[in-house]
Amino acid sequence: MHKEYTVKEIIRETSNTQTYLFTGKIDYKPGQFIMLWFPNIGEKPFAVSHLKDNEFGITIECKGKFTKGICNIKKGTKVGIRGPYGNGFKIENNSIIVVGGLGMAPALPLIQKIKDSTIIQGARSKEFLLYKEDKNLIDTIAKNKNKIIYCTDDGSFGINGFTTNVLKDIINNKTKIVYTCGPEIMIKNVFDICEKNKVGCQASLERFMKCGIGVCGSCAVNDQLVCKDGPVFSSKQIRKLTELGKFARLKSGKKVPIKEYYGYRSK
Amino acid sequence: MLKQNFCEIELQNPLVLASGIFGTSVELLNRAASNGAGAVTIKSIGPVEREGNPNPTVVEIEKGLYNAVGLPTPGYLNMDEELKQWKDINVPLIASIYGSSIEDYVNITEHIQKFKPAIIELNISCPNKDDGMVFAKSPGLTKDLVKAVKSTTDIPIMPKLTPNCDNISQVAIACEAAGADAICAINTVQKEIIHPKLKAPLLSYGKGGISGPVIREIALEKVREIRDAVEIPILGVGGVTYGKGAIEMIKAGASLVGIGSGVYLRGIDVFEKVTNEMKDIMKKEGIGSINELKG
Repeated sequence: MHKEYTVKEIIRETSNTQTYLFTGKIDYKPGQFIMLWFPNIGEKPFAVSHLKDNEFGITIECKGKFTKGICNIKKGTKVGIRGPYGNGFKIENNSIIVVGGLGMAPALPLIQKIKDSTIIQGARSKEFLLYKEDKNLIDTIAKNKNKIIYCTDDGSFGINGFTTNVLKDIINNKTKIVYTCGPEIMIKNVFDICEKNKVGCQASLERFMKCGIGVCGSCAVNDQLVCKDGPVFSSKQIRKLTELGKFARLKSGKKVPIKEYYGYRSK
Repeated sequence: MLKQNFCEIELQNPLVLASGIFGTSVELLNRAASNGAGAVTIKSIGPVEREGNPNPTVVEIEKGLYNAVGLPTPGYLNMDEELKQWKDINVPLIASIYGSSIEDYVNITEHIQKFKPAIIELNISCPNKDDGMVFAKSPGLTKDLVKAVKSTTDIPIMPKLTPNCDNISQVAIACEAAGADAICAINTVQKEIIHPKLKAPLLSYGKGGISGPVIREIALEKVREIRDAVEIPILGVGGVTYGKGAIEMIKAGASLVGIGSGVYLRGIDVFEKVTNEMKDIMKKEGIGSINELKG
C-alpha cells in the first residue's frame, strides 16, 4: 500500500517542467522509479531526481492529461508513494552520461554519485535544458571532477546538434560505461555507437506502466518487463530487444510503431 | 510424476499461469513456460480495443494484491500478428476471452479458433468492468452463453467463475449442463479498500478484486463446492504460492492449479519452485502421481 508523503515545495524548472519536493526518507538507488499517487487524480511512475537525507523530489513535464492535472496542485498536498521499484544503475566512474530532454531528471542522482565522467545533455533549445542554472548541480559536477557538454537542436545554447554526435567524438577505449536516458530513438542510437566502440551501455527505458511490480504485463519490451527486469537494461539485454526504438505498447496492449506511441503519450 | 491430463490435453505439470497475469504477449507466455509453467493463459481478449481503468490499477496489500486493471485489450481483430505466433508457444495455451454479450464471445471464438488454442477460457467473472460479472452471477445467462460458444467450436470451453455470487455451484451446474468441458475458479474477490491515511479509494475504479494468499481459504472452499456439484475437471485458482498450497488445491478437487499473484510474490520462476516443492512433498508422502493425490 502507498506510504504517505507531503509536497513540501514546488520549483519551476523550465517553461513546461516543475520539481516537487517531498519531506521524508526514501531508500532509493539511482535509476529506480517510484509509483506516485495523487489521490483522486491518478498514479504514475517517476524517477527520483532530487535526493537528500530527509527530502526527495521528482521533476514533471506538464504535457499529458495526468501531468497537466498535477501541475496545478499546491504545496501541502498529501500524496501516496509505492516503491522504489526496479533495478537501478550500476555505477562506474570514467563514464559518459547521455541524456535528452526530461531524461536529465532520472540521471540527476547518478550524476551526484559518479566521478571523472562527462555528461552530454541535449534539448530542443536553450530554455528546455533542465537544471542548467541549478547551483547544486553545478557545484557537484565540479566537486566530482565531472564535465558537462550542452547540445541544442536549434543551436541556441552549447553545441548545435545531437548528443549522439558528441558521443561519437568523445567515446574511446577508456570509457567504462555509457549511461543513457531520454527519447528512445536517441537511446537506440547511443546503444549502436556503444556497440561499434565495444563500450558497455546502461539504458533506462520507459513504457506505459500499470502495476510497477511485474504482474500486469503492460510495460513489455519483447519478453522483458521494464518495471521488474529494468528499467535499466545492460548491453547484453538490449541486444535481444528487437522492439527497442521500433515498437511499444499502448495502454490497451496494442503494439504500435514507437512514433505512434509517443504521439499517443503526449495527448 | 507431475504429468497431468486435462480435457485430453497433456501437461508436463499441473501449474498454469493464471489469466490477467504477466501473459500479455507470446514472448512473455513463453518466458512463463520456460520457467516451468505446465500451461499458460493469455490476458483476456475482448471485442474492441480498450485501455482499461486509469492508475492506480494494482496495489500491494497484506498477503496479496488488490487490482482493478479493467480488462485492457487490443481487441481481437487488432492482434492477428500476435495470434499467428500462438503456434510458437511451447506449452498448451489457454485463450481467455471476454465480452458484453453472447455475440461478442461467439465472434471472438470464431476468430481465434483458427489459431488453435488448447482451451478457450470464458472470462465471465471480472469484477473490474461494470458488466464484467453479469454472466457469472446468473446460472441462466451462463448456460445460454456456454451453449452458444460450444456450438461455435470444437475447442474445449472453460468458463471462469466468480466467488462474488450467491451460489457458485449452481453456476457450475449450468456450465456442465450446457456442455462446458471444464471450470476455472475462482476469479478475484471483490472489495472496496480506502487508504487509511489518505482517505481515498486505493484504486481509481473505486473497488477492485483481491488475490493472493489472502483469498486462499475462499478459493479452496469454492473449489470443493464445485467439485461436489459437477463431474467436469477444475482449474483451481486463488492464493497458491507454494507447493503445499498447490497440493491442497488438488486435494480440494482441482485437476490443475493456477498461479497469479504468486508471480509477484516469488518471481516468474515461481512455477519451477512450486513444482520442486510439490515433488519433495509427494516423495516424502510416498505419492507417485497427481491422480493418487486426488485420492
